[in-house]
Amino acid sequence: MTFYTPIPDELKEYIDKWKLKKGSLIMILRSVQDYYGYVPKKICFSLAKELKAPLARIYEVLTFYNYFKTESPGKYKIAVCMGTACYLKGAAAIIKAIEDKLDIKESQATKDGLFSLENVRCIGCCGIAPNMRINEKIYGKLNKERVSEILDEYINLNAGVSSSQEPPIL
Amino acid sequence: MFENITCIKIGMSSCGVAAGAEELYQQLSAVIKEKKLPVELKKVGCLGICYAEPLIEVKTGDNPAVIYRNVNIETALEILENKIPSELVIDEDLEIKNQKRIVLKNCGKIDPEKIEDYIQNKGYQAIKKAILELKEEKIIEEIKKSGLRGRGGAGYPTWLKWKATKEVISLNNDGKFVICNGDEGDPGAYMDRSILEGDPHSVIEGMMIAGFATGAAKGFFYIRAEYPLAVDRVQKAIDQCYDRNLLGEKIHGSDFNFDLEIRLGAGAFVCGEETALISSIEGKRGYPRPRPPFPSIKGLWDKPTVINNVETLANTPYIILNGGDEYAKTGTDKSKGTKVFALTGKVKKPGLIEVPMGTTLRTVIEEIGGGIQGNKKFKAVQTGGPSGGIIPEKYLDTPISYESLQELGSIMGSGGMIVMDEDDCAVDIAKFFTKFCVDESCGKCAPCRIGTIQTLKILEKLTNGEGAPEDIDKLKTICHSMEKASLCGLGQTAPKPVLSSIRYFEDEYLEHIKEKTCRAGKCSFLKQESVEK
Repeated sequence: MTFYTPIPDELKEYIDKWKLKKGSLIMILRSVQDYYGYVPKKICFSLAKELKAPLARIYEVLTFYNYFKTESPGKYKIAVCMGTACYLKGAAAIIKAIEDKLDIKESQATKDGLFSLENVRCIGCCGIAPNMRINEKIYGKLNKERVSEILDEYINLNAGVSSSQEPPIL
Repeated sequence: MFENITCIKIGMSSCGVAAGAEELYQQLSAVIKEKKLPVELKKVGCLGICYAEPLIEVKTGDNPAVIYRNVNIETALEILENKIPSELVIDEDLEIKNQKRIVLKNCGKIDPEKIEDYIQNKGYQAIKKAILELKEEKIIEEIKKSGLRGRGGAGYPTWLKWKATKEVISLNNDGKFVICNGDEGDPGAYMDRSILEGDPHSVIEGMMIAGFATGAAKGFFYIRAEYPLAVDRVQKAIDQCYDRNLLGEKIHGSDFNFDLEIRLGAGAFVCGEETALISSIEGKRGYPRPRPPFPSIKGLWDKPTVINNVETLANTPYIILNGGDEYAKTGTDKSKGTKVFALTGKVKKPGLIEVPMGTTLRTVIEEIGGGIQGNKKFKAVQTGGPSGGIIPEKYLDTPISYESLQELGSIMGSGGMIVMDEDDCAVDIAKFFTKFCVDESCGKCAPCRIGTIQTLKILEKLTNGEGAPEDIDKLKTICHSMEKASLCGLGQTAPKPVLSSIRYFEDEYLEHIKEKTCRAGKCSFLKQESVEK
C-alpha cells in the first residue's frame, strides 16, 4: 500500500506558491477543501510529504477549525445559519423543515448524494434572517414554504441530469 | 423627471446579493446595453437599509438621488421607463436621522471594486498627510486626541497599542506587523463584513497609517471563513493599491515600505481573541495564550504587532484628515466618535447603522429600528453576542458607551444589537449562547472547557422542566469562577449572557423551575414553536 496519492497540478501549483511562506498551512488546507469539497485523508498523506511536516501537524489544525470537513459533502451543501437573529426568527424550524423534506438529519447527506445539511455560524446576513446558504448562494427571509420551493428547484434541476445518467452509486 | 437618468447604484453586499441584487444587476445591465442608454450602472456596498433589500439609487441629471426599496426587475424597468413607483421611494433623510456616518460614509455610495471612487472621496489623502506632514509622533498624538478606542468590543485605547509597538526598538522595519482583525465571529453581527465589502480601501488605508506610525512594514488581513465576498473585494483592493504604488516600496516617495496580504480564518470563534488570532495566522490551532506579554510587544512570530479591529482601522483615515479634536467632538466623555451597530432581531427595520456614542438604546431601537414588529411587546436587547448580556426595557434610556453597557452587565462588543420581544425566552437565549460557547471553547483551559458545559447542562435541565431551586445559585457559582479563572476573553465573558439574564429575568428562571412554564412558549416542556412564528 502506498501512501502517496499524486496531488492534482492545479492544487500543486497553489501549494508550491504557499509552502515557502510562514504559517501557510491553513491557506493550503483551504485550497484542498475548495478543490475536493472536503479534505481527503489520502491527500493529507501526500501533503505531509510535500510540506515535510508530520501528519499529526496537519490533522491537529484540520480538526480544530469548523470550516474543514473530512467527509465528502453532498453536491449541494445546505448550511442553515444559526446566528442569534436567525435563531430568534425560527432557524430551528427551518432545519426541521429541511430534515423532513429530505429525510436526513443535521450533518448528514441524502442517499443520492445530492444534498447535505449542516448548521453554521452566523453568515452575517442578519437583516434578512432567517437565512440559509446552498453552496455559495444565500437565501434570506425564509419560511417553511419558501424552503420547500427552493429545494424543489434544485431537485428539478437535477431530475433531467440523473435520468440520462447512471443511477447514483449508494 | 426621469428623462436623463445618469447613474444607477445597486446595493451589492452579501445580503443585497442574497435578496436578488446580482440578478437585478445582470438584467439591468443587459437592458441598458441593448437600448444603448447613457446610464452608468454601479455596484455599491451596503446602504444600511437591510430590511428593504434589494435597493437601488437612481440619479437623474442634477437632481438629488432617489433610493427605491424592494426592487425587482419589473419595478426597475418601470423606473428606467420614467414610471415612478412612488410607494417604493425611501426617504433617505429619515433613514439616516439620528445617525452620523464616519466609518460608513462611503458604504453604499462608492463602488468598492474601483479604487478611483475611493480616491475621489478623499481616499488615500490621510496616508499622504501622515507620511509627508505629520510623521510618526504626531499621528499617535492625533489618535490620542481623538479618544479612539478598540471597536472590537473591549475598548482599549488605540493610541496606547500603537505607542507600545512603536517604542519597541527594531533595527529594521521588517520586524513589526500590523494585523487587521476581521474575524467577526459574534452571531448577529455584520458590521465588519459590511465595511470590508462596502469600503475595503478605508481599512487598507487605516492599516497603512498604523504601519507608518509604528514602524511596521508588513500587514495581514485576517478575514473570517464565512465571508467570501469580503475576501474577494479586499484582494481586489490590495491589487489595485499595488498597481498604483500605494502599497509596496517607497510609498509617496518616502522611505516607507508596506506590504499587505490576506490570511483566511477557518471557522473558530476564539480566533477573534487577539492572541488566538495570531496563532491562527502562524498556521496553528487557534489557541489563546496568557497576556502579558501583549501582542504590542510580542505578537506575531514573537514580533511587536499592532492588532486592531476593522472598524477601528476604518476610523483612522478620518481622524488623520480632520484631526483628533474634530473626531472627539462626537461622543461621550470617555467614549468618543461613533459606533456601527448591526441592528437585528424583532425590530421593524433591521439595518446597519452608525450612531454617535451617547445615543440612547431607545433612540436606536424605536427611532431607527422603527420599534418592535407585529404589535409585540419589547422584552430586551442583546449586545456583545456571546460575550455580552441582555438589557431590559427599564434601561433603554441609557446612553451607549463602553462604561454604561458594562455597568448593565453587558458589553459594547463588536456591535451586534439583537432585539428580543415577548416571544423570546430569557433562559432559552442564555442556553443558546452557552451552547455556542461550548462548541467554540478551544479547550485549552479548564474553567472555560468545563464551566461552559456544566452551565449548559443546568440550563437544559431548566428548559426541560427538570430544574431545581438550587440551580440558580449553582449557575452563579460556576459563572463567577469562569469569569475569574479563564485564560482568555472567551471564557471570561462566556458567563455574561447567563448572569445578565438571571439579573434581569430571575422571575422567569423561577417560573421554569417551580411552575415548569415558559411564558414565551419557547421551551421544550411546552409545545414546539412553529416556523411561522
